[in-house]
Amino acid sequence: MHVVTFTRSTPDTAAKVWVDAGGAVSWGDVATVVNPWDEYSLEETIAIAKSGGGKSTVIAIGADLHNDALKHSLAMGINAAIRVEEVGADSHDSLVWSALAAGAIQKLGDVDLVIFGKESIDVATDQHSMQLARRMGWTLLSFVSAIVDLDTAAGRIKVERTFEQGKQLVSAPLPAVISVLKGINEPRYPNFLGIRKAAKARIPVWTAADLGVELPASATSVLRYFNPPPRAVSNEIIAGEGVDDKVETLATRLFEEKVL
Amino acid sequence: MTVFVWIESFAGRALPSSWEALGAANALASELGCAVTAIVFGENAQAIAAEAAGYGARGAFICSDASLKEYRPETYAALLSQLVAERKPKAVLAIASNLGRELLACAAGDTGNGLISDVIALRLDGENIIGARPAYAGKVLMEMRASTQTTFATLRARAFPSAAAVEGIAPMIQPVSTVDAPAAISSLVEGFALESGTVNLTDAAIIVSGGRGMANNPRSAPDGLKGEAAAIWKAKDGFANTLTPLAETLGAALGASRAAVDAGYIPYAHQVGQTGKVVSPDLYIACGISGAIQHQAGMRNSKIIVAINKDTQAPIFKLARYGIVGDLYEVVPALTAALRRRLG
Ligand SMILES: Cc1cc2nc3c(=O)[nH]c(=O)nc-3n(C[C@H](O)[C@H](O)[C@H](O)COP(=O)(O)OP(=O)(O)OC[C@H]3O[C@@H](n4cnc5c(N)ncnc54)[C@H](O)[C@@H]3O)c2cc1C
Ligand SMILES: Nc1ncnc2c1ncn2[C@@H]1O[C@H](COP(=O)(O)O)[C@@H](O)[C@H]1O
Repeated sequence: MHVVTFTRSTPDTAAKVWVDAGGAVSWGDVATVVNPWDEYSLEETIAIAKSGGGKSTVIAIGADLHNDALKHSLAMGINAAIRVEEVGADSHDSLVWSALAAGAIQKLGDVDLVIFGKESIDVATDQHSMQLARRMGWTLLSFVSAIVDLDTAAGRIKVERTFEQGKQLVSAPLPAVISVLKGINEPRYPNFLGIRKAAKARIPVWTAADLGVELPASATSVLRYFNPPPRAVSNEIIAGEGVDDKVETLATRLFEEKVL
Repeated sequence: MTVFVWIESFAGRALPSSWEALGAANALASELGCAVTAIVFGENAQAIAAEAAGYGARGAFICSDASLKEYRPETYAALLSQLVAERKPKAVLAIASNLGRELLACAAGDTGNGLISDVIALRLDGENIIGARPAYAGKVLMEMRASTQTTFATLRARAFPSAAAVEGIAPMIQPVSTVDAPAAISSLVEGFALESGTVNLTDAAIIVSGGRGMANNPRSAPDGLKGEAAAIWKAKDGFANTLTPLAETLGAALGASRAAVDAGYIPYAHQVGQTGKVVSPDLYIACGISGAIQHQAGMRNSKIIVAINKDTQAPIFKLARYGIVGDLYEVVPALTAALRRRLG
């Protein structure tokens, strides 16, 4: 069983992020973290590979900023990491991205299952996992809240998918592409040994030529980033004699605001 | 030229938020000088298409084949992609629900078109459709465009007004056939469990949320429960018997902070924030929530925020239009009673 997961670095969720005078997005010198949604996909990948005597690989596509996420993945216990970088390619565009990702999966050759996190917490393009699945012609199972059964001998997976209306139980043949939700597991923390091993790891970089893929033209472009207009809230701490008095005032305000 | 809009439905009924997508499609189509075509798959497609016509769709492609009874990306995307390839719509819109995100991403990939997700505003610049969307948890906004023939866009719920009812349009409803023979479909839907009792957070007009403060319930836990277990009991009791009555009085959905979810007070489906749901109700009442940046990321765009917290220094008060400093276990029952009297 070869399980592959994709991840990348994102700015810490507590970081201040703004658009600078040059129109670029900045978060100063705050460190990046592994995309928080991917803690669950990494954990799931490690657990499945371990339990089935299989192996796990993590792939990031883009600049060396993503080495941090790859090292974190290795420290957690993923077996091997690869970075794909095609200088000059717009790998933020998901069609270009999925061409590179599919090329990497094909080069690995023996992949049974690909696991993604739900989305990138920073730009949430919401399409990477789906478009990789479609390009590979593999079954897509997004929003997985539980893997109910993974039968490698029969080559089938059964999962519970959660969406707004409820939980859908679906089975499909392998190879498949899934994305997992928070709550599917308890992500482990990297231990000291893992961190030491990861620090020493050398991460190979593959280019489009290595993968033998022809890149499509980028389908989307960012026209501009801008700072949201400041939210003009006036704060009113409701004053009053006691609780009953305060809640009456609040109720009156809410009717005046026409939200009730 | 036309604009496609996917009318998401469940068990034979259109989701109310689909009319927001139709509203956005109508606005875009009228600027482009073209008509809107509804895409309706699954049970009851004919009746849903007729309903869409009542909100301005001029045409519809429908398919009620048994293989589409339950949503699956495989079957739904195959058919949508085929329609897009044949009809070359100027745009394909849907609400950014989980399924809308998945379906449009698949069809955009299949047809080699660009997708802009989670759009909060659409505009035309000459021939180009431009979508504005939040990034970095709403700390930054961005404008994007697709350079492809068709622009796919998923729209954030409650960001676009619902389509207005129109009269006298006889829609052109065209049944279409599925793409795949049943034998070619690899995934098998084996069951479905309805989400019980909870209102859909992303569609809710009012949300009442609880945080870690829910554990400070003055009721005592049953004998034998200590420490963590007692806290969980108290918080659950608070969600059920203190927050739920307020939510029911207001017809509100129940939300929660991650701290409350991670401590086991309430299921993850209720989590609001950067790793939960992003919501924008008219009214958000935060009870015993400090207002961490990751929580704010999920509720900052609520129209009116009310904070109930015993700590005057809690960051939530900076965001709140109205605040009450006090113990939520005193304030919330009193507020519920006051609102009940007024709402009758
Ligand atoms: C990667 C990442 C992602 C995250 N994603 C999310 C997310 O999606 N959503 C989210 O919410 N958080 C998220 N967090 C966690 C976030 O940082 C905070 O830890 C969390 O929001 C705190 O929850 P809280 O406000 O309920 O708890 P606390 O910060 O502990 O606040 C509890 C509040 O309750 C008040 N209180 C206590 N008792 C009472 C009482 N009896 N009456 C009134 N007030 C009382 C206290 O004064 C305090 O202000 C994330 C964190 C990280 C690192
Ligand atoms: N450049 C990238 N390299 C590797 N994984 C990525 C990259 N971009 C997005 N992903 C992963 O794809 C999933 C969905 O992201 P998105 O489609 O951007 O919301 C997440 O698990 C991300 O970590």
